Parts: sequence; structure tokens; C-alpha cells
Amino acid sequence: MSADVELQNVSVTFGNFYAAKNVSVKINKGEFFSFLGPSGCGKTTLLRAISGFLHPSEGKVLIGGKDMAGIGPNKRPTSLIFQNLALFPLMSVADNIAFSLEVRGIYKTERRKRADELLELIALTGQGDKKVHELSGGQRQRVAIARALAIEPEVLLLDEPLSALDLKLRQKMRTELRAIQKRVGITFIYITHDQGEALTMSDRVAVMNEGELEQVGLSNDVYNFPHTPFVATFVGENNPFYGKVLSFEKDMVKVDFQGNNFIAKAGNISDQKNHDFKKGQEVIMFIRPESIFIKDGNNKLDNNFTAKLQTIEFEGNLKNIYLNLNSKMNVRFSVPNAVDTSSLSAEKEVELTFSSQKAVVLPKGSLAVD
Amino acid sequence: MNYFFNKNGPLVSTYFIVAIIFWLIFLIIIPQLYMLDLSFRPNLPPLLRGGPDDVHTLTHYKHFIFGSESSDDAFNYVDIGVFFNTILTAIFVTIINLCFCYPIAFYMAKVATPNTARLLIVSLIIPFWINELLRSFALRILFAGEGVINNVLLGTGLIDTGINFIALDIALYTGLTYAYILLMIFPLYNAIESLDTNQLEAAKDLGSSTFRTHWRIVIPHAKAGIASGCTMVFMLTAGALATPVVLSSPNTYWFTQLIYQWFNMNDNWSRGSAYSILLLTISVIFVLLMMRIFKVKIGEIVR
Repeated sequence: MSADVELQNVSVTFGNFYAAKNVSVKINKGEFFSFLGPSGCGKTTLLRAISGFLHPSEGKVLIGGKDMAGIGPNKRPTSLIFQNLALFPLMSVADNIAFSLEVRGIYKTERRKRADELLELIALTGQGDKKVHELSGGQRQRVAIARALAIEPEVLLLDEPLSALDLKLRQKMRTELRAIQKRVGITFIYITHDQGEALTMSDRVAVMNEGELEQVGLSNDVYNFPHTPFVATFVGENNPFYGKVLSFEKDMVKVDFQGNNFIAKAGNISDQKNHDFKKGQEVIMFIRPESIFIKDGNNKLDNNFTAKLQTIEFEGNLKNIYLNLNSKMNVRFSVPNAVDTSSLSAEKEVELTFSSQKAVVLPKGSLAVD
Repeated sequence: MNYFFNKNGPLVSTYFIVAIIFWLIFLIIIPQLYMLDLSFRPNLPPLLRGGPDDVHTLTHYKHFIFGSESSDDAFNYVDIGVFFNTILTAIFVTIINLCFCYPIAFYMAKVATPNTARLLIVSLIIPFWINELLRSFALRILFAGEGVINNVLLGTGLIDTGINFIALDIALYTGLTYAYILLMIFPLYNAIESLDTNQLEAAKDLGSSTFRTHWRIVIPHAKAGIASGCTMVFMLTAGALATPVVLSSPNTYWFTQLIYQWFNMNDNWSRGSAYSILLLTISVIFVLLMMRIFKVKIGEIVR
């Protein structure tokens, strides 16, 4: 059984402070949905409002179409996985997993059977009698998932459960979480500040900032078609070019940037509609590091500019190349490790090129990295 | 040892070692060994001490069990009765204390905001600036036949005749429970405070009732604190003197009152020592029992 979750104009206030402000979103049945945002953006507040640990000051939380007002966390069809997992250290792994069955008065043998089934699901068969501290970080993670799944919740809520793991394990757990979600088929609502996690696992992502939803959409759309400067810079890397609109036709904008003229796509205001721009309006054009190329015989696109090379940073699979456009403006682009950069040296002028189809123009607004 | 010296420097290290050895040997071991030895010796006038009559004997322990030779009873019913009454009452008081303090400690540790918790702690501590004897007398004023409680109850018409709280030993139990309340609350508070609040929420999220959350999560976590609080309250209650003297009914004797009588009124230090050793032994047995029941080690209790 799986249920949809709907937030209707949900606000949560602490004194005068809005932890969440007028949030409305519908999360579909069986969907893997992520709330993505920097720390303090209100995503955990929303999760706690859905799980029932706090009550919205305004608005409604509906699960499976039912208003959850006045229903406590122990009576909701949701299960929460805590950031620190909150496994019970004095109980065995099997007792942990079967705790929700124990509170429902299910007999010991039946509980054990169910725990063993779940241990099999999380590939920890036969480890039920171990203590929690005898397991590795990744195993504990999986036990927390099994414990949350034991009551067969309709919605599983996950509060940054991977943040304590090291990088390799985190990447492995992403795949595993996604696989478990596919297998059990229930709605997963995932909270994270890690855009990589959100993009790889989720069907849809909601980007949050300062208690408000900035954009809700498919992972792809959020990355490729950001609606606001915040989303453009928070999700993935981006180069912001502050400029003025020269002309605006259909969905293409011509932007003047310190004497350079660029052509770029008009950014969307919603999934269907793009922003409207006026001549002379102050805008930001965004172009991602992977969409900028060194101009040569093979690579000649419709936007060109030159910049002075500063440093080349080696990241493993990528090389990040930092350049100065002028004293105020830096540009960064990245090339695969295989690309030969031996001809580039510091202080050298480099000619760069990018496609107007990859650049997005948005009205001026605050960035994620100011 | 070398590590200890290197870490603390020679001056501090020597001070620690000398202070601890002085404390252990001169203030604990030697007096207790002297008491133990005294309890096995006859009660002699000072002149005869060290003389031929000063031999080891079980006479005082025999007196505790069988009574004086002039008595007709087979056993010393009075003293044994007082002894077990003291132990059972102390156990009872400890349990009441635990039931009373656990919710307060839990509230302070996990429910109250930090400011409220601080206020509660201060208001728990300040009454204990008043000494034990004064607090006992204050309770006596409350519980007396013509005391505050009776007057209020009679005045409001809830009862027709005054309740004799002293004779019923209600005053004594209240006084003893109150006397050592801090020694129960603070170990409990410390133990519960160290519990990860997420565990309480996790239990609730998994559908657990409040009772079950306490039974399965909080109490197992806090058991060292519970054992610590219970042993301290039991020992001090069983060894209390001022409160029973002031608040017990004329028919109720506390075992410490007997010990006091042997030492001071009857000038029989040997018998007093023997009775003290009995109380000490039962207290130690109680501690070991608590540790066994709660499956805690001595290191966890003192944490």
C-alpha cells in the first residue's frame, strides 16, 4: 500500500520566524520525492510536519487524501528514518526491526519471522541476533530502513540518512535505497542538502530556500531549466553573468555583458511558460562549466568570449579550469580528464565558446553561493 | 603509574596519592576495622581492657539474635523486628522515591525547555540548604494532631476527626522520602538526559505508547542511574537518624536509634559496633542485589 501526500499552503512558524512558508506540493503515490536545500531552509521542518512531530501553524497535511490534523506520529501511516538513525542500542538487530510489531502486540515467533524476512530484503540474513554496535555504518543504515518498513508504512520519510557515511558508501547506498524503493513500491520522501543524492535517486525534486519552495520538477528539469537564480546555482555548478537585455524574441534573449553580446534561452517561470523580458532589464545569464569549450576548429558555437587563465584544478575525472574575464568576474569550466590541457598556461588568453541552447537567462535574484 | 605522574606532574600526583591513601586508610579502613574488632569483644570497663577477659566473643551478635539471658523469649524479637522493619521500610521508601522522582527527572531531562529545567533544579536544591533536623521538625508541624494538614482537612470538612499522621508513620515515610529525594533525582536525571531524544521520537513514530517507550527504551537506558539512585537512597534511609527520631511514632523504632542507644545511653560501644556492622552488611548485600537485578557493574553505578 502506498499513499500520496499533499501539502496545502503549509506554514510553520517559531515565534516570528517562518521555518516553512506557504508550501503547497503534491507528492504522488509510489514516487521518490526529494526536498533539496541548504541547511536551515525548512526541509526538515516540512518532514516533521508530515510525520506528525510538529503541527503546521497554517495549512493542511493530507496523506492518502485524509487530513492529518490532530493525528500523532504513532497513528500516521508514515515511518521516519532519522539522520542519526536512532536505532535502539540495547536491543538486538531483530528486536530493533520488529519493535513496531512488538508495540502492536504481535507474538514473538511471528515477529521474528517478519524480522528475518526484512533482514533478507536488506541482505543481512542471519544477523538478527547481533547488537547494533556490531554492525558497520552501511549495515546500520539498512537496519534502520528495515525497521521503518516493518510496519508496512504507506510513506517512508528519510531525514538525510546518508549524511554520516563516507563517500563510497554513500554512493552505494543511493543505488540501494532506490532499489529498495522500487521493490517495496511505497512513497519515499527524502530530505537532503546534497544535490547529487537528490538528482540520482529522485523522480522529482523540490528545491527549497528560506522556507519556501523555489522549484518542483523532474531531476532533469531542475538541472537544465532552473526557474530562479537560486536553483541555478544551488543545483550543480553554474557561472553567473550579470548583464542587460538587448532584445527578446520568442524564447531567445540577447544579453549585453560588459561589451560582449550573448544569445541565450529565456529561463522558465513555470514548467510551461518562460519569463518575459524587457529591453534594458537587469538579468543573469547562467552557463554551466561542462557547457563551455575551448574554441578551436571543431568547437565553434554561437557565443564566444575570451578570458585569462588562472589555474587548472585536478578533480580526478574532471579538470576544472578557472579564468578571469576581468578583475571582477571569474569563469570556471571543466573538461574530462582525458582532454589535453598542456597547451594552456597561466595568464594566457583563452578563447572560449558555448551554445545559446545551453545558456539560461533569468531575472536578477539572489544566488545560492553569495 | 608513570603515565599518571607524567600527566599530572609530581606535585599534583603526590597530593592525589597521599590524599586518597589518607582518606581510605585513616578515615575508612582503620575506623571500620576497629569497629569490626570491637564488635567481637566483651563490653569491659576501661581498666580491664587488654586484660585476660578481653577475648574475642560472639556475645553481641548472639544478643541480637537470642536476646539477653534474663529474657524468656527464644529470640530477640524486639531487635530483630526493628532491624527488619527498618530494612523493609527503607526498601519501601526507596521504591516510593523512585516512582516519585522518575517522572520529575524525565520531565526535566527530556520535556522541559532548558530554562524551565534549570528553574526546577534550583527549586529542588534550595530547600536542602535548610538542615535535615529543621526540615523534619517542619514536617512534624505539618503532620501533628493539631498541625496544618489536619486543621485544613477539618476546616474544609473533608474529615470529621483528625488523622494521627505520626502514629500511622505517614509523617515518617514522607520525611524519609523527602530527605534524600535529590540523591534519586540527579542520577536519574543524568542517565535520562544522556538518552538520544531521537530514540524517543523513533519509538513514537513506530507506534509505541508512552508506557512502552519508557519500559523498553528509557528505563533500560537509565538503569545504571536507577541502580545508583536506589542504592544511595536505600543506604541513607536505612542509616537515617534525625528524621526517625523526630517523625516516627512512639512505637516505631529505627535500627539506627538502637545503635545510638547502645553507644550513647548504655555506653556499650561493643554492642553498638556489632549492630552497626549488621546494618552495614545488609546495606552492602542490598547494593550487590541491585547490581544483580539491574545487571549493572559497579563502574556504571558511580558514573
